[in-house]
Amino acid sequence: MNDAFDIRNMESHIEVHTFRGGAIVGATILALMFQAFVPVYFEKAALLDFPLLITIYFGLSRRNPSTGLLLGMMIGLLQDSLSGQTVPLGLYGISKTVIGYLASSIGARLDTEHPAARFALTIMFFGLHQGIVLLIRRILLAQSSTWFNMHLLVAALVNAVVAVFLFMVLDRLRKT
Amino acid sequence: MVGIPSRHKSIFLLAGVVLLQILLLALQIKRDSEGRLLRVWTVGAFSPFERAGSHGILHLRDTWNHYFALQNASRENEELHRENDALKMQVNHLQSKAAEADRLSLLLDFRKSHQNVPMLGARIIATSAGTASATVMLDRGAKDGIKKNMGVITPEGVVGKVVEVYDDTTEVLLLTDKDSGVGAMLGDSRIQSPVGGTGEPLLAMKYVPNDDTVNTGERVVTSGMDKIFPRDLPIGTITEIKSGNPFKSIRVRPSANLSRLEEVIVLMTLQPLQLKQPEGLKSPANAAANSAPANSTPPPSPATGAASAKPQ
Repeated sequence: MNDAFDIRNMESHIEVHTFRGGAIVGATILALMFQAFVPVYFEKAALLDFPLLITIYFGLSRRNPSTGLLLGMMIGLLQDSLSGQTVPLGLYGISKTVIGYLASSIGARLDTEHPAARFALTIMFFGLHQGIVLLIRRILLAQSSTWFNMHLLVAALVNAVVAVFLFMVLDRLRKT
Repeated sequence: MVGIPSRHKSIFLLAGVVLLQILLLALQIKRDSEGRLLRVWTVGAFSPFERAGSHGILHLRDTWNHYFALQNASRENEELHRENDALKMQVNHLQSKAAEADRLSLLLDFRKSHQNVPMLGARIIATSAGTASATVMLDRGAKDGIKKNMGVITPEGVVGKVVEVYDDTTEVLLLTDKDSGVGAMLGDSRIQSPVGGTGEPLLAMKYVPNDDTVNTGERVVTSGMDKIFPRDLPIGTITEIKSGNPFKSIRVRPSANLSRLEEVIVLMTLQPLQLKQPEGLKSPANAAANSAPANSTPPPSPATGAASAKPQ
């Protein structure tokens, strides 16, 4: 019996989206650019993690775990490179690889088009991403970090709200 | 040969990719090397966009200020004329106050007495792309003569130090970063202890023994022990003191507003600097240094750039 065939049959109502040429690359570059220089002028913008939101969105939409994890890895490594010498290459790389994989896997099994689902998933992925970053910092880098505080909770909620609207904008980049 | 089922391929790919990145992390932690090529390429590729974006925002801001925000200009103009007359009176008064402030300003004194020390103004064009570090990028680089480990300040106080230099840009590690540190001492009692970042807005002063007397609101200044910053530059003000074993837990609010930096000054020398006092002007800080208590034990090291497991 072909398992992959069964899965496709079982979830044939889940649509795999494709995007206009350059949409993924363009959105990734814009997200990294935003993350790098906008907080210079608007301090509160540092709450947002646009590279993470882009990873989640394209993971949920493309619904291919291999593509999702590779895109997450690329975005994460680029973010590491732009985060300064004190952030080793791989910190965000690993965390976004995992998020990209999980987002694609969940996207292949559930309908994630509804804003409420996107809101909840973003909060979940934000928390998971933060947890992976903290695990890496504690276990691999021997750095102390806080597991939870109000700032993280607020950041998760803000990112989830922004994600709902950002994802609507990114939906327009899909091929109809 | 046994094939991998198609549905498991992505799991193997995930494991492989994560493992590779863990190895990459390990390599960075153990190796003592200069900046990696990927970083150089990425920063080189993004800095023109960041520079353009920065100029774009400034241009938009100027356009808004000069055109769209001038709708009520004529009415405001009359009010401003009236205010201007009143302000002229105040200016005369403030000019005499400013002359007094000049004499008392330690930072200005530093600049006057170190006219031979080259300094370079630089604009911040980007900040760290993640919350795991506190760094900023300057719009000046190796072409302007900036070198690694140079100090960076603002008129308000210490900002951080240069950790990486590219052709046209420079990466500065802010004092608030967990891996950051500066040789420091208390402004009044001259007790020495390094001050380091905590990853939060407040800094930490870790090696002040419980027996020493420290007061909230006391100034913290550079000690010069780190060979990067000259003595007596303001670092911050003590906001919280808790007893600990064997050292106090002291939190310091930075003098420079590190979350809203736009322009900074790079100290263009790697030679140790000493703050020279002009004749006839003796700072209270230095006067206190001569009578510092004997139990003000210096810390083991200035802790500049010290870290537990720090990527190179």
